[in-house]
Amino acid sequence: MDVHEYQAKELLASFGVPVPKGAVAFSPDQAVYAATELGGWNWAVKAQIHAGARGKAGGIKLCKTYHEVRDAAANLLGKRLVTIQTGPEGKPVQRVYIEVAEPFERELYLGFVLDRKAERIRVIASQRGGMEIEEIARTEPEAILQVLVEPAVGLQAFQARELAFQLGLNIKQAQSAVSTIMNGYRAFRDCDATMLEINPLVVAKNDRVLALDAKMSFDDNALFRRHNVADMHDPSQQDPREAQAAEHNLNYIGLDGEIGCIVNGAGLAMATMDMIKHAGGTPANFLDVGGGASPERIATALKLVLSDAKVKAVLVNIFAGINRCDWVAKGVVQACETVDVKVPLVVRLAGTNVEEGRKILAESGLKLITADTLAEAAEKAVSACQGKLAA
Amino acid sequence: MSILIDETTPVLVQGMTGDKGTFHAKEMIAYGTNVVGGVTPGKGGGKHLDRPLFNTMKEAVKETGATTSITFVAPAFCADAIMEATDAGIRLVCSITDGIPAQDMMRVKRYMMRYPKDRRPMMVGPNCAGIISPGKAMLGIMPGHIYLQGKVGVISRSGTLGYEAASQMKAKGIGISTSVGIGGDPINGSSFLDHLALFEEDPETEAVLMIGEIGGPQEAEASAWIKDNMSKPVIGFVAGLTAPKGRRMGHAGAIISAAGDSAAEKAEIMRSCGLTVAPNPSEFGSTVAGVMAAR
Repeated sequence: MDVHEYQAKELLASFGVPVPKGAVAFSPDQAVYAATELGGWNWAVKAQIHAGARGKAGGIKLCKTYHEVRDAAANLLGKRLVTIQTGPEGKPVQRVYIEVAEPFERELYLGFVLDRKAERIRVIASQRGGMEIEEIARTEPEAILQVLVEPAVGLQAFQARELAFQLGLNIKQAQSAVSTIMNGYRAFRDCDATMLEINPLVVAKNDRVLALDAKMSFDDNALFRRHNVADMHDPSQQDPREAQAAEHNLNYIGLDGEIGCIVNGAGLAMATMDMIKHAGGTPANFLDVGGGASPERIATALKLVLSDAKVKAVLVNIFAGINRCDWVAKGVVQACETVDVKVPLVVRLAGTNVEEGRKILAESGLKLITADTLAEAAEKAVSACQGKLAA
Repeated sequence: MSILIDETTPVLVQGMTGDKGTFHAKEMIAYGTNVVGGVTPGKGGGKHLDRPLFNTMKEAVKETGATTSITFVAPAFCADAIMEATDAGIRLVCSITDGIPAQDMMRVKRYMMRYPKDRRPMMVGPNCAGIISPGKAMLGIMPGHIYLQGKVGVISRSGTLGYEAASQMKAKGIGISTSVGIGGDPINGSSFLDHLALFEEDPETEAVLMIGEIGGPQEAEASAWIKDNMSKPVIGFVAGLTAPKGRRMGHAGAIISAAGDSAAEKAEIMRSCGLTVAPNPSEFGSTVAGVMAAR
């Protein structure tokens, strides 16, 4: 799960990571009020969306008067901001963050990730702050500093110290950086984060080190024990279909194609999409209904897939292990009774209770196209989508 | 022979008395798995499915001589259950549980490292379908009837895609020595590589099918190992050719986030390491058949 910059900063601040003073606003009036409360005459008005590269896309405005703050907030709020990370449709801006713009001397990079290969938390730092880390890795790999955290004891101060001095900081700056690195690690560990990126981490005039931007992602599997993080969820930043799917505990990812997919198991769901492509079609979505799919779940999934106007055919592919084909078949029948299915529906069932499942479909009187194998199912779905095959 | 489990392997079911534990323990017993007991704290001394129940893994191992366990424990408590099994001297832990926090798995892996290699258990999963040695024993949640006993080893990250492969192979009359589901999480107990090494040593296995997906370094690592160490032919596949970058495709581990993570890149690495790559997911059976015939 991703959170907004201001939420990440509030969380980091609670762990002792120094951040500039700031306040969130939902309207231009609130933005001006926030600026007056924060004081000073230099503010950054920052669009809050779940994506980076906002600066280049016009999502961050530096302001010197209350007027400018109001205009900047009015311009950003209610718009969709398109950055290189959002895709062409952009993300809606519903909140702006008003932050005191502090002068700084240097920009650094500080990141924490859960490294799958090392099975450890990896701390990454670089003197090249403000740039994308992938970019630095490609052009100047030697400029990237990193340490691995031993899970049994956690990050040690000497590791943070080594990073700080390698970043070329003086002793006062290094002291501030060490506490920032240690506290950032604690926030990462204690909130079950999977990624924390402070880019840039800046060195301010008084030798203080500050997190000027912050991006955090969290482990969905750990939200059950991180209520403070779970509460930060902002569904407006998700595709509406994905938000709806999440409410029903379905794993759905919207794509651009024409064939809607309903599959059990993530691997088989991806393979089904691949097979559709191989057969000459385009998948409209990824959808894993998971194990133990009840008739209600299948019905919900079907409604969800059909809500996509681009969908011209639907392929249901279930290989039942824990699932049972007769249940899935009942779900399909139930769904077709409640939803007006105007596009061809191709159903492939295999595994546990497959005969009962096929029987239920055959006796339902519904106009369905059935298939026995994955290849046959994909080919039929593509033909049906092109109008060459009807039930 | 087969790898990891056979009909004699004594198995404990952790979380046996829950709904899922009960259902799948029944299925495993029906398949012929030697289930010797269950562990549910607080229910020790009782019986379930005609097997003795214990409060702790240590007690259960002492009484039954079990070497293997399977966990049907809720995600919040599963890391604890796996560590308990490890400490009790279990040799193989299979974790079906989906939803274990990644940092918990990190700690589990670190905890296992405190044991010398000869006392450290093999862990399969989490978030997997389990292990089956067709005709002998099943340690998992798969539909047993789709597997034919035979000579091909199967390793798959995805459960249902593993079923798809097994049924295509059965349709061609090709059997399986053992099928292992390593799971779809970012941090797994064991990787392709661990099981490839076992299949290489297993006299009954003549070829191996490995089914990967997008995300993570495992497939590339395994391919490099195959090139240098494996004498048996390996057939590969990577699901997710159509998956967009940066989106998590269901499995917590299935996300293209770094160079080399995509399906096309992984398939290319497999080819360059001498694996035969199945052209699409409907040709597992025919590709394996082709490789077996060409030996």
